[in-house]
Amino acid sequence: MPTFFERRQLVTPGDLLAEGEYIPGENTYKVDQKIYASKLGLVEYEDKKVDVVALRAFYVPKVGDTVIGTIVEVGFNGWTVDISSPYPALLRASDVLSRPFRPQRNDLSEVLNAGDLVIAKIIDYDRAHDPQLTVSEPGLGKITRGQVVEITPTKIPRLIGRKGSMISMIKKETDCHIILGHNGTILVTGKRLENEQLAIMAIHKIEEESHTAGLTDRITQMIEKEKKKQKEEKKNESKT
Amino acid sequence: MSSVIVGLKRKQIAQLIAKGKRLDGRGLTDYREIKVEQGIIERAEGSARVLLGKTEVLAGTKIEVGKPFPDTPNEGVLTVNAELVPLASPNFEPGPPNENSIELARVVDRGIRESKTIDFKKLCIKPGKKVFVVFVDVYVLNHDGNLIDASALAALAALLNTKMSNYEIEEDEVKIKPGYTPLTLTKHPIAVTFAKINDKLVVDPWLEEEQTMDTRLTITVDDEGNICAMQKGGTGYFTPKQVLEAAKIAGEKAGEIRKKLNW
Amino acid sequence: MSRKPEKLIDKKGLRLDGRKPDELRPIKIEVGVLPNTDGSAYIQQGKNKILAGVYGPRELHPKHLALPDRTVLRCRYRMAPFSVQERKSPAPSRRDIELSKVIREALEPSVFLEYYPRTGIDIHIEVLQADGGTRCASITAASLALADAGIPMQDLVTACAAGKVDNTIVLDLMDTEDKEGGADVPVALMPNLNAITLLQMDGILSLEEFEKAANLALEGCRKIYPMQKEALKAKYVSVKEVEE
Repeated sequence: MPTFFERRQLVTPGDLLAEGEYIPGENTYKVDQKIYASKLGLVEYEDKKVDVVALRAFYVPKVGDTVIGTIVEVGFNGWTVDISSPYPALLRASDVLSRPFRPQRNDLSEVLNAGDLVIAKIIDYDRAHDPQLTVSEPGLGKITRGQVVEITPTKIPRLIGRKGSMISMIKKETDCHIILGHNGTILVTGKRLENEQLAIMAIHKIEEESHTAGLTDRITQMIEKEKKKQKEEKKNESKT
Repeated sequence: MSSVIVGLKRKQIAQLIAKGKRLDGRGLTDYREIKVEQGIIERAEGSARVLLGKTEVLAGTKIEVGKPFPDTPNEGVLTVNAELVPLASPNFEPGPPNENSIELARVVDRGIRESKTIDFKKLCIKPGKKVFVVFVDVYVLNHDGNLIDASALAALAALLNTKMSNYEIEEDEVKIKPGYTPLTLTKHPIAVTFAKINDKLVVDPWLEEEQTMDTRLTITVDDEGNICAMQKGGTGYFTPKQVLEAAKIAGEKAGEIRKKLNW
Repeated sequence: MSRKPEKLIDKKGLRLDGRKPDELRPIKIEVGVLPNTDGSAYIQQGKNKILAGVYGPRELHPKHLALPDRTVLRCRYRMAPFSVQERKSPAPSRRDIELSKVIREALEPSVFLEYYPRTGIDIHIEVLQADGGTRCASITAASLALADAGIPMQDLVTACAAGKVDNTIVLDLMDTEDKEGGADVPVALMPNLNAITLLQMDGILSLEEFEKAANLALEGCRKIYPMQKEALKAKYVSVKEVEE
């Protein structure tokens, strides 16, 4: 019952990963007793399970996920929301409006209009139906301030770090509020624009170097360096 | 509803094929009955109607004076076109040729062209300026599967039936003279199509087999048993072994058809 | 306008460009070259220069084309007007339409289409310069573009042609060999599964010659496969076995 790669080795679709009593995990498939990779990524062997952590992926909706999306269409009884996935999501008017909804009288675009950003949760999704959203929980709803960044959704776990170490470090160091959408869309809100920019810089660096070692340290260093730069710039500004 | 029926049929067809049998009683490498009738459209230079089981195809040829292709200035031109007539199937839509009719025409064209059955140099009138253009128009009149083999057969039968008006060339102009001369064909390329169903090859798939097949392979063979065209179609795949097996069977089948038709 | 060469293979058994019969042209592949696509690849094979890009899976338009149980794969192969000796009209030719179909059918078996029902994947192939064997090079590149888009696949699809020139079976025909030679057999393969997904042929070959040509083409595919994989990995070289 051999395995054919080292842990965290780079594999491409079609690579034979393991043969024998193994269980196919994420981004793999099994034919007879053989497990192959179905995506480009890093292979992981854990006990009997074989996974590939994809380096390139798009977001596939999952019930319970928090996502950040853009309203792209205002319909008769709800909104179509682009959540950067193969499927557009649906937000029903009844979910947003407390009072009874009358299509003849209510103008939905007054509540949410095309181009608006929302934080929402996926409450329903299967093969036959597009994902359905809700915003009627605390912390969800229309986004009114802050900045949005998009990254490859598979990098979200790396951004969170072990037990949330990475993300809490960034939050602390940049003094920003950060919401991670499972769909790879991230909302950063800080007191000042500079803080937000700093956090976004850190997020992009993590996305680019997500697969390298000692990342947390490098990110901390980078933030400190940038902070110093910002301070000096300010000093120079106040001098002149 | 229809997909449920197809699902049941698929199972039935696959089970039978696993036992070496087919729904219509044929063996795996048997053709349906082939009927060829030539010269049925008087206005055409040549014509033929082919029945392959219930699949029905009509082909007509026309010969006109035209311009040669720049890369073959002293050769005549062959143009094959295929029409999937809406009458032939409820799934055929009117409109410009789609990828299926274009593929059909190009596979038929390739078989005739590559077999070198027509000496195109003889169809040159004035090099680089004027040549004869042989148009072959294939009309599918009823679709019951394996349009490629039926169309290739109809096109060949129509060409074999083609008569050119006698002519002379006066100051580079073509002058028609009384009488006709048949178009010379030196080879009889025959297309043999296979469907892969449940990892088995069957020859001459009919409609229901085509609807359940994984993939398709057409092999065109000339009188000497040489292969002159091939085309894989459909979503599935073949193993190298299956391809060689098919190539061998295609040679035998083409020989049988030629013998049956006295070509 | 080029003149017909007298001989396609010289006394030493070498071809017009100095290759041995079983030698591939130089191949250069790059993945992820078009930032606005979901996945992309560029291939140079001899003088062939081809771009392939993928969008999707995404909502399919027009919607009535969507299928309830799988993704609809669409493929568009086009040649640039300046890609060949005599300007090619930018309108799609019958050849373009046929090639779009066979290329799509060569790639379809490799993709897990049933994973994302009701969606569509669009593959766009632009031949910038053509020198024989563009359908094969297009398949090699398009398969990488699909993998680059993060689309789940059984295997990469690799394609290569073999054929006959001056009574010799040769690998990877260039334009002159294709036009003046005796036969051309383009083949696409999923190497790990030993599955042939494209097979065409024109010209005249005996059964034995065909077998030889098909085997040579398959050998060519197996030579290109590792290059394809390297190109895909090259984007992430720094990843290699780095422990967190």
